[in-house]
Amino acid sequence: MNYKMMGRFIGLIIAVEAVFILPALLISVCYGETVAAASFLYTLAIMVLLGGILLMSCRKAGHIFGATEGLVCVGLGWMALSLLGCLPFWFSGEIPHFMDAFFEMVSGFTTTGASILSDVEGLSKGLLYWRSFSHWLGGMGVLVFLLAISPGGKNSGFTMHLLRAESPGPNVGKLVPKMRQTALILYLIYIALTIINTIFLLCGGMNWLDALCTAFGTAGTGGFGVRNDSLASFSPYIQTVTAVFMLLFGINFSCYYLLLLGHIRGVFKDEELRLYLGIILLCVIAIGFNVHHMYKTGAETARHAFFQVSSIITTTGYSTTDFDLWPGLSKGLIMMLMVVGACAGSTGGGLKCSRVLLLFKSLRRNIRQVLNPRKVQVVRNNNQVVDERILSNTNAYLAAYIIVVIVSYLLISLDNFSIGTNLSAVLACFNNIGPGLEQVGPMCNFSGYSDFSKFVLILDMLAGRLEIFPILVLFSRSAWKRR
Amino acid sequence: MEIIVAGVGKVGLTLARQLVAEEHSVTLIDMNSLVLEEAVEQFDAMSICGNCASKDILLQAGVEKADLVIAATNADEVNLLCCMTAHGINSNLHTIARIRNPEYAEQVMTMPEVFPLSLTINPEKRAAEEIRRLLQYPGFLRRDAFAKGRAEIVELRIDEKSKLSGVALKDMPGVVKCKVLVCAVLRQGAAVAPSGDFVLQTGDRIFVTAPTAILGELLKNLGIITRRVRKMLICGGGRVSFYLAKLLEKDGIQVSLIDRNPARCAELAALLPNTSILHGDCSSQNLLDSQGINDVDALCSLTGVDETNAITSLYANTKNVPQIITKISRGEGFLSESLPIGSVICPKELSSNIIVRYVRAMQNQTGAAISVHTIADGQVEAVEFTVDATTKHCGVPLKSLKLRPNVLIGIITHGADTQIPNGDSVFTEGDTIVAVTSGRGILKSINDIFA
Repeated sequence: MNYKMMGRFIGLIIAVEAVFILPALLISVCYGETVAAASFLYTLAIMVLLGGILLMSCRKAGHIFGATEGLVCVGLGWMALSLLGCLPFWFSGEIPHFMDAFFEMVSGFTTTGASILSDVEGLSKGLLYWRSFSHWLGGMGVLVFLLAISPGGKNSGFTMHLLRAESPGPNVGKLVPKMRQTALILYLIYIALTIINTIFLLCGGMNWLDALCTAFGTAGTGGFGVRNDSLASFSPYIQTVTAVFMLLFGINFSCYYLLLLGHIRGVFKDEELRLYLGIILLCVIAIGFNVHHMYKTGAETARHAFFQVSSIITTTGYSTTDFDLWPGLSKGLIMMLMVVGACAGSTGGGLKCSRVLLLFKSLRRNIRQVLNPRKVQVVRNNNQVVDERILSNTNAYLAAYIIVVIVSYLLISLDNFSIGTNLSAVLACFNNIGPGLEQVGPMCNFSGYSDFSKFVLILDMLAGRLEIFPILVLFSRSAWKRR
Repeated sequence: MEIIVAGVGKVGLTLARQLVAEEHSVTLIDMNSLVLEEAVEQFDAMSICGNCASKDILLQAGVEKADLVIAATNADEVNLLCCMTAHGINSNLHTIARIRNPEYAEQVMTMPEVFPLSLTINPEKRAAEEIRRLLQYPGFLRRDAFAKGRAEIVELRIDEKSKLSGVALKDMPGVVKCKVLVCAVLRQGAAVAPSGDFVLQTGDRIFVTAPTAILGELLKNLGIITRRVRKMLICGGGRVSFYLAKLLEKDGIQVSLIDRNPARCAELAALLPNTSILHGDCSSQNLLDSQGINDVDALCSLTGVDETNAITSLYANTKNVPQIITKISRGEGFLSESLPIGSVICPKELSSNIIVRYVRAMQNQTGAAISVHTIADGQVEAVEFTVDATTKHCGVPLKSLKLRPNVLIGIITHGADTQIPNGDSVFTEGDTIVAVTSGRGILKSINDIFA
């Protein structure tokens, strides 16, 4: 293990966080929130101290940095990010219990949006901003940000391990030969889309802080609302804008890059994008027919159905209506969308459409194989043969996914909630959505769970955002062995 | 620059690593996805799996916007087709191909309208030429030429019998009786930038800058071998050996060549009329003894197996063969320290250095380096610059100049006059200077050498 290099990266992550906490501090100062401002200052001091110590003590790091280091570094880095990020909530006393503050922050950085707060509007503005901003930083990833700003050295091939460990999807690759430019392109697209979203929201009459926070939640597909009822009390215009942007942020960012390069036909031929849009269309229609008796007009039905489908498949978790009151079929579809998730290479979570596509295709191949054992066949995606390694990795991912769901479901069942509550809580956290059904539904929150269950859900959220393996290897003894 | 490297073999990999280190955007193409995977994890490049001669794959690799395509696959025909296709898509493109077959290379040279290649590389021929250069002055482990061959940096090992052992550098002119400069010393694997009080020890490897014209005098005064190579033994009958034997035949050197494949021996015997071709296993000591290893002037181990080459050279060392040259295809050059037996030749590095030099010339900025040689196991760089109008401090004596720490000016050539500089030397516009530094990649333009 190259501990020094890992220490350096974690030190850098903390430094980035320290820089990004400054706007939150500024907002607290502007609004005259002395307690919140002081808690930000304390946190900043701790970050500077800790980051400084790590960076100073790990200056001379070796160059050997393999896949294990990449995974462990990402896992630990995100832990450190959340542990330090939650301190302002705890110091200011606005979330008095540490585990609650930690849960809230992990939920922020992993873009889950599951909250333990019952009164969001009571939070001071600085903390509200910081909570939503964590979605934005966590959405594209803090290490990708680091790669975008740090100059690549001559032995910088290992950064591939970091990109792979942090970015979602079965087959992470670069857009351009240079890692730094790849990361920069991703972040520039991300920033541009966020700004456009904010402008649209401002046009809808939102005040700038609410608009910014909502845009952050949409961009990172997070889902922390600025009001207690999420987006239900905002105007239909704002709801529609948010629904459309959630959908956009759930698309693979390399599609936007190809669009910028002018390969428009290639983008719309992308099988994953077609599947994603197809699922959304089908679910909106099915849910629309299923719930139309609950709303006054067709337009309202369509808006709620579209908003909710877009919110859940992109794993954002905003809500305009209490979908826990919807009929059984709609709730079933919502649960299914939770598992499917957004496209690979987007800011969304879940299993990812591309994996679902590959799983279905390899299942179809296996069925044909059973019917005709002599048949030799390959799996194709976008007319290109998919490597067998990617297929077996996808299968392994599904297995790991199911095991994590079952184990965490059993562990949080100790708290004696109903099956629906527990299962949807696990799925909502693990897929980075936020609200589940019943006691953790869109109008409720996670504060009823015990500290132990919250910790299990925290690990679920991290595992879901980082695609399981960076968190799993932290528990593997062989990862910590000296080489 | 945007560079596409097709074929990630030994040359392709070494080359891509160097080009990435010089901050070019490199895209790799290969048929083998495992090789690509490994490459991308080592350095910052993008990879595309497929046939590099196909138009679709080249378009995917961004050939439309690329500046240079380097085809280094195993097959000459594929390399040619790759470069021709790429050039057909983008006519502003420079193309470099590895061409092993001399007939093809000839064709490419004489029919430029058909083959739009900027450069062809034959790694084996290049290695043979390098070995011949080393054989010209037995005693130097390595020679790097600068200023169009007028000055060189040569590597010497200080052994017990050497006249330089225990000599301080400031006393060195008295011993060698000619004007040379020690620009770097490699002691126990670490490069040292020596001062005048530095005392040389047995086991040191020194890097000396000298005008090419005095190399023979330097060797003579040092009491190393003065005799020309007349009789030599080549182990292995591969392509490098063939080219080398052909060159040495012209020089009138008596060459014996050993190979263990009878068919190849017959082939070589037909191709090399003045070389005695022997059939046998060259790692067999009995065979080497019977072929007069005791009285050859030089031995080259050039088989395709690094291990055999190492064993053969070690045995030759025990028999006190004056000059031994070993071909090592794998490894990154660090082996010459652990193999205390003369020079090590690495064909993939030689050819990748040529291409890197071509790339530097393509950039062609004012004041940019003309060529960069890495010496002392890659720890020291010698960079050649042309002094132009933008250069600062023209005409200022070196003693009143403040150079960057760890930078030393090793050679100044003024027209046909090559000097080893001292405190009173000056450089003026049009001169060529060679700066030696222990940092890698810090000297990009000539003004970087000043503090």
